[in-house]
Amino acid sequence: MKIDRKSIQTPLTDASVRMLRTGNHVLISGVLYTARDAAHRRMTDSLLRGEGLPVPLRGQILFYAGPAPAPPGRASGAIGPTTAGRMDAFTIPLLAEGLKGMIGKGPRSEAVRGAIRDHGAVYFAAVGGIAALLARCVLTSRIAAYPDLGPEAVHRIEVVDLPVIVANDCYGADLYEEGVAANRPAFP
Amino acid sequence: MREIQTRRISDTVRELCLDSNRMLGDDILIRIRECLDQETSPTGQEVLSQILENARIAAEEQMPLCQDTGVAVVFLDVGQDVHVTGGDLYEAVQAGVARGYQDGYFRKSMVRDPLRRENTGDNTPAFIHTEIVPGDRIKITLLPKGGGSENMSEARILSPSEGPEGIKAFVLGRVRRSGANPCPPIIVGVGIGGTLELCALIAKRSLLRRIGQRHPDPCYAALETELLESVNRLGIGPQGFGGRCTALEVFVEVRPCHIASLPVAVNIQCHAARRGEAVI
Ligand code: SF4
Repeated sequence: MKIDRKSIQTPLTDASVRMLRTGNHVLISGVLYTARDAAHRRMTDSLLRGEGLPVPLRGQILFYAGPAPAPPGRASGAIGPTTAGRMDAFTIPLLAEGLKGMIGKGPRSEAVRGAIRDHGAVYFAAVGGIAALLARCVLTSRIAAYPDLGPEAVHRIEVVDLPVIVANDCYGADLYEEGVAANRPAFP
Repeated sequence: MREIQTRRISDTVRELCLDSNRMLGDDILIRIRECLDQETSPTGQEVLSQILENARIAAEEQMPLCQDTGVAVVFLDVGQDVHVTGGDLYEAVQAGVARGYQDGYFRKSMVRDPLRRENTGDNTPAFIHTEIVPGDRIKITLLPKGGGSENMSEARILSPSEGPEGIKAFVLGRVRRSGANPCPPIIVGVGIGGTLELCALIAKRSLLRRIGQRHPDPCYAALETELLESVNRLGIGPQGFGGRCTALEVFVEVRPCHIASLPVAVNIQCHAARRGEAVI
């Protein structure tokens, strides 16, 4: 079966988010910011202290990833999604700051799914373990914040046609629940 | 006594790190292709195609298959007639891992202390499991193990009365709760018997078997087949998006155990099931 793909450009707008439905295959182009556990903790700590974020997140997409070092002559080292559930505890304050999209792997908590719907945001799943393929989509990469965190630093990356799937759209649907329910035989 | 230089050991470990992180075993590629033929979910098919395409690109461009090049788990089977010369055996292994991860531009994923969490910067320490075996050779086996799949693993001591049904329920429950997190399609390593630490170790070591290699005892071979079929009826599918192909394989390893206990460990491996082996 042929897969239909939608192409979108960052930063995201309300209109572009509303176009996306759970299960859609999407190719993302534009700027993304990477952040893993440690960077999330720092960002939400800053917000708690009433300080701003080191990178403007309004309309942006966070890619839950810690890239490998770039080999000579390449824009990026291996890059791919990490488990999104670990970021759940930090996500809601970032959505409140205007974060529009996230890329990771694995399901989100119920609270985060609700917040994605309420804030009109979107969570994309990228396939885990295909870092050589995804690295080809990266045009430029530089550290944007927290350089001391090494692979966990926030990187600003520019991508073209990064393949992802909409896991949670702004209407409240969830790819993991629906996909598994649809594929579980009636009598296991 | 046959002499083996630590330099040679270190160089071999370095090469194992580079090769295993860039190339999937042919048995795994063949099984993923079979799964692609059997998968009915279009999204599942797309995921499996991306996995195969990634393997092709990684080999061609000498890039790691996954950005998580893991903790380096090393099994050393040291012949009792080997004399290691030129330094410390374990230091040689650690140096090989550090050089391999540096030279491959792999991510360094190890922290020095579980609570302070400062990165060691060179992916050491590797965790080394040594066995003394007959002969005058050293077999070095490397299993780079990613965090996503290791995090979904678990050991538990069942009561002997729980028997095979208890084991099946534990394994299936573990896989169901893992869902998408360990990057399915997965390989499920099951260790039964021994003690708490031994069942975990044999579960991990079972992941080194080739796809399709059944347990020599027909009773456990049947358990492997049954577990594989049950896991693939869970509907989790490639990457947890739903589908038929949740696991590529289930391996069972067993050991004797105490009259009072039935230890069971489940070690989950992702589709990026990297391994490398060399005999010096
Ligand atoms: S679980 Fe495996 S394939 Fe997935 S991100 Fe971790 S190492 Fe890579």
